[in-house]
Parts: sequence; structure tokens; C-alpha cells
Amino acid sequence: MEKRAVFGNRVLPYGLLAPQIAVTLIFFYWPAAQAVQHSFLVQDAFGLSTEFVWFENYKQLFSDPSYYRTLATTVIFSTAVTAVSLSVALLLAAMADREIKGATGYRTLLIWPYAVAPAVAGVLWIFMLDPSLGMISRAMRPLGIDWNPRLNGNHAMTQVVLASAWKQISYNFLFFLAGLQAIPKSVIEAAAIDGARRWRRFWTIILPLLSPTTFFLVIVNIVYAFFDTFGTIDTMTGGGPAKATETLVYKVYADGRLGGDLGGSAAQSVILMFIVISLTAVQFRFVERKVTY
Amino acid sequence: MAAVTLEGVSKIYHGGVQAVRNVSFDVPDGSFCVLVGPSGCGKSTLLRMIAGLETISAGTVGIGGRVVNDVEPADRDIAMVFQNYALYPHMSVYDNMAYGLRNRRTPKPEIDERVREAARILAIEPYLDRKPRALSGGQRQRVAMGRAIVRKPQVFLFDEPLSNLDAKLRVQMRVEIKRLQRSLGVTSVYVTHDQIEAMTLSDVLVVMNAGQVEQIGTPIELYRRPQTRFVAGFLGSPAMNFLPGRIGREPGTIMLDERPIRIATPPAAAPDTQVELGIRPEDLRLVPRGQAGALAMHIEFVEELGATQLVHGRIAAAPATVQVPTGAIPPEGTIELAVDPAATHLFDVASGRRL
Repeated sequence: MEKRAVFGNRVLPYGLLAPQIAVTLIFFYWPAAQAVQHSFLVQDAFGLSTEFVWFENYKQLFSDPSYYRTLATTVIFSTAVTAVSLSVALLLAAMADREIKGATGYRTLLIWPYAVAPAVAGVLWIFMLDPSLGMISRAMRPLGIDWNPRLNGNHAMTQVVLASAWKQISYNFLFFLAGLQAIPKSVIEAAAIDGARRWRRFWTIILPLLSPTTFFLVIVNIVYAFFDTFGTIDTMTGGGPAKATETLVYKVYADGRLGGDLGGSAAQSVILMFIVISLTAVQFRFVERKVTY
Repeated sequence: MAAVTLEGVSKIYHGGVQAVRNVSFDVPDGSFCVLVGPSGCGKSTLLRMIAGLETISAGTVGIGGRVVNDVEPADRDIAMVFQNYALYPHMSVYDNMAYGLRNRRTPKPEIDERVREAARILAIEPYLDRKPRALSGGQRQRVAMGRAIVRKPQVFLFDEPLSNLDAKLRVQMRVEIKRLQRSLGVTSVYVTHDQIEAMTLSDVLVVMNAGQVEQIGTPIELYRRPQTRFVAGFLGSPAMNFLPGRIGREPGTIMLDERPIRIATPPAAAPDTQVELGIRPEDLRLVPRGQAGALAMHIEFVEELGATQLVHGRIAAAPATVQVPTGAIPPEGTIELAVDPAATHLFDVASGRRL
């Protein structure tokens, strides 16, 4: 079948493409080019003069130990978010995959959190995890846990990981459910007859057959944890306490907007841009090959 | 090895759909039982209940004298071959076959020995390292068989295993399955909708219709003395001809269109009962025009089979088929056919049962 649309008019296809190209140019290429430009400049404190300094901003960044600390924080944060959201989503999907009454309603409810804005998700979790008001922190007190994310960096990290992972669960759930439903039932039945019990079936048959989905989601979740959790972090901890929850994206904002170091912040953005480009490249390569199992 | 015993087995789905009704039969140890019937007759459901993949709504299923109603599929000591083969796509052929043995903690050297033995029997040794997607349909079928035989189970279950193969391969695999089952002597239950597979493979043939067993017996018994019109029409290719009529006043005759036809055994039913006279196409013999007691058939069209021809037409108003040697008949017009009185089957129109 011919999938390509054939236009009689030479101008029409360009006209149809124009809005998308305009949006991409204005909101992506233009700011990206500006970031690259700024990363080579240093501005004085009042913004009155700028100086071209070549790679000075980058050199400074890579000799700054706090940048590596933030990098480590980001790696811990994204790994935790990805692990938590993927495993909870898989658990829910595995349960929803069985035929249950009211499955449609249940599935719809599970998808809702995806529609919640990151900042709102942060606020919801603040209320639940607040050291003096929160339901969860109150429940933890009798267990001897002095929950205080405002002072304890590990608690703060746990808090942002929970909120960020929670928001991503619905998305992962959808993909896992679709993945599970694509596994032929007879393969699982064959494994059951072959003497594999529920757990063993899960580890030796279902999980390997889900690996293309899992791989796709790992990349998507890392990208999400890297770039889309700004709102959650900003409302919940503001990167604190003592930068314990400051991720690379948050540092761009903190150094540039709050610290006034536009050049250094721009250099950080450019580095982030390369990270996301490489992650996407990896994803495209593997998605195109459909991940072999 | 073990016998399979079904007693009053029923399956009722949520919403009250009764897929299987009160089915009872025995599959003797080491024999090959085929469940045959049209789609939706409950044969696959019945097989899946024996496998433990469907719950049993009523009745009991026994394997080797043990009631297995509440036994997990894994513990029934059965192996099943699925219609779509259900091979594990991420495992090599070797691992596909070894999986069941590994789950049962069979020692490694023994696994290796059994897998290689099965691969040798099925001629799939060159493909042991391949993934299923790199195999042809026939090879996948063999791997599915191999996965069943390495386990040395009490019972083999086959769920339409040949229906995804092309016609030539199907005949070849059919013969192979039969030979394999003979040499291994494993009790087998085989589901198919193909009456040729059913006739050729079975020691015990179970014809099912609408969730119920129509008749059980050896294939030749069912072919020679079908107990219902359904069985008569289902087995045999080309299918049996059914001519509507009524029982004649004179004993041993059937009135077809007011013409008497002799049959060998007078039925135990009152004269004028509405009946269908069943005659297999091969039991109608071409005779010269004007012979007494012959049936006139109007030719509609002729199918060429090479050595023989299938003539489709009408006897009285009923559609009929007859098999004749090539060149024996005119391409159109009317032919006369004699009926062997001993080869007729008589069915009550109302109940569909043999008279």
C-alpha cells in the first residue's frame, strides 16, 4: 500500500509543515542557539557588559566539585525514580492484566495521576509528608522515625523521589499493561504446563518478553527524572536542604536565575542538551531494532 | 502412562453459557483419543479442562486413577501442544525443550540427553541453537512436539496442532504424530475439527456437538454405524447424502417421493414416520437406465478428481453427491443409481437418531 501522500500543489506541503517548523524554530532552536552563545560569554553583575571568554565557563564548571556533587545527586535521583516508578507500575499492570470486575474503571483511575501537573503533584505530597501536618509522617512517628525532610537530606530525597515516581507510574502502567496483553496467553499456559509456578513464570517468561517495553520505559523515565521533575523539586524542597535534592536541571535554574551566573548556567544547559540528545539517540536506535530477545 | 477418565464433566461460563454438558468417557492407557466436532462444540474447552487451564464446573477428571480437578497444570504430569505452538520466543530451541525439565530440577546431563534424543527423533538437531522466529512453521511444530516428548509425561494433549500448517505438511505431520505416539505409547487426547485427522489418528473417536458427546467408538464403528444424523454427516468426505422420505407400509421399504426403496433391516418405527435415508457417495452405484428400484439423479455439475469424478446433483429434490470413475457419465442430464440395501442409514427426522 502507498503510504506516502501525494500532493498536486507544490506549496501546500510546505504550508502544512510551516506551523510545526515555526514552533520548533522559535521554541527550540532559537533558545538552544542562545544557550550555546551565552555559554561562551561572561556578564558583569549588573548586566552592563559582556565578554567573550571561549570555554572558560566550561572549564570552571568541570573544576567545580559542587557540579560533580549535583551530578551524583541527579544520578541517584533518576535511578531511584526510574526503579520505583517502573516496579510499582509493573506490579499494578500485572494485577490489572488479570481479568477482574470493573477493570476498565480501575485502569482509568490508575491513569489519572499522569494528568496532574508536576508542581501540583509536589504540593499533594508535601501535605502528606509534612513533618507536623502530614498523615504519613504522623504514622511514622510511633515507629521511631523522626521524619523531617526540611533538615534531613535523605528524607528530602526520599520525598522528591516518591512524588516524582508517583506521577510517572500511570504512564509506565499503560505501557506495561499493553506489553503484558501482547504476550500470547498460550505461551504462559505452556509454561504453566511445563511446571513453572507463578513467580517462575514471571521471571523466566513474562519479564524477558516485556524487555522491549521495559527498555523503552527506562529511557523515557530517565529523561523524565532528568528534565521534567523541576516543578516537583521546586515546590517540595527547592533543591535543599543544603543542595541535597539539587539535580542538574535545578542547578541550571539556581545558578542562572538566582545566582545570576548566566554564562555558567548556559554552559550547564548545553551539557544537559547533549545528555538528552544521546539518550534519545540510544532510544531511537533500539526502538527501531525492536529490541531483540 | 495413565488412563484419562471423564465423569459428568460440565463447563458453565459466567453468564450461564454452557460450553460442555455432562461429558463422560474413558481414554484407555496408551490409546489415542481424538475429540472432533465443529468449532464452538466445546472440544477445546474439554481439552483445556483436562490440562487444568480451565476450571471444571461439574464432574471429575481423572488421570491415572487420580482425580485432578484441583491439581495445578504443573502437577498433572501432562504435556500439551498448542495450535499456535506457544514456543517461548526469547529462548533457543534447546532451551524451549529443556525448560520443563529445568523447572522440575532434572539433572543437567539428563536434560541434555533427553533434549538431544528428542531432537534426533524429530530431525531438528541442526536448529537447536536457533530462536523460534528463525524456523519454518513445520519446524516450529516439531519443536512444540519435542517440548512435549522430552518431559515423558503421562498424557499428551494436542489442541489442533496441525491447523496452521499447509496441506502437504499437515499430512506428513499427521503420520509422524501417529508413529510417535505408537512408539512412545503415551495416552493422547487430540482435538481437531478435521474429520480426516480424526479418522486416521484415533483409536477412540469422540464426536462432539453443541457441548455434548454425540458418539464414542472406534473410527470405523462411527463410520459404519453412526448413531445420529450429525455423526453421519460429519464423518466421511465427501459427506453422506440425506434423502428425505417416510417409512413405507410394506416392511423393509422407505418411500422416497412415492417410490419404494428397499433397505436391509426394517426399522423399529411406525409406517409414515418422517425419516432421512443416509447413503454415502461411495455406496451409490451407476446402473443402466431403466433398472428397477434405481434412483434418478439430475446432474448439476461435475468435479474432476483425476481417477474419479464427484458428481453433484439432485435426487428427487434433495442435493446429492456421488463418486464415479472418470468418463463413466455424460456431462449433463440424468443418471440412474442403485442403492446397496445393506449400506443405508436411517435417521428419525424429529430426534436425529438412528432408526
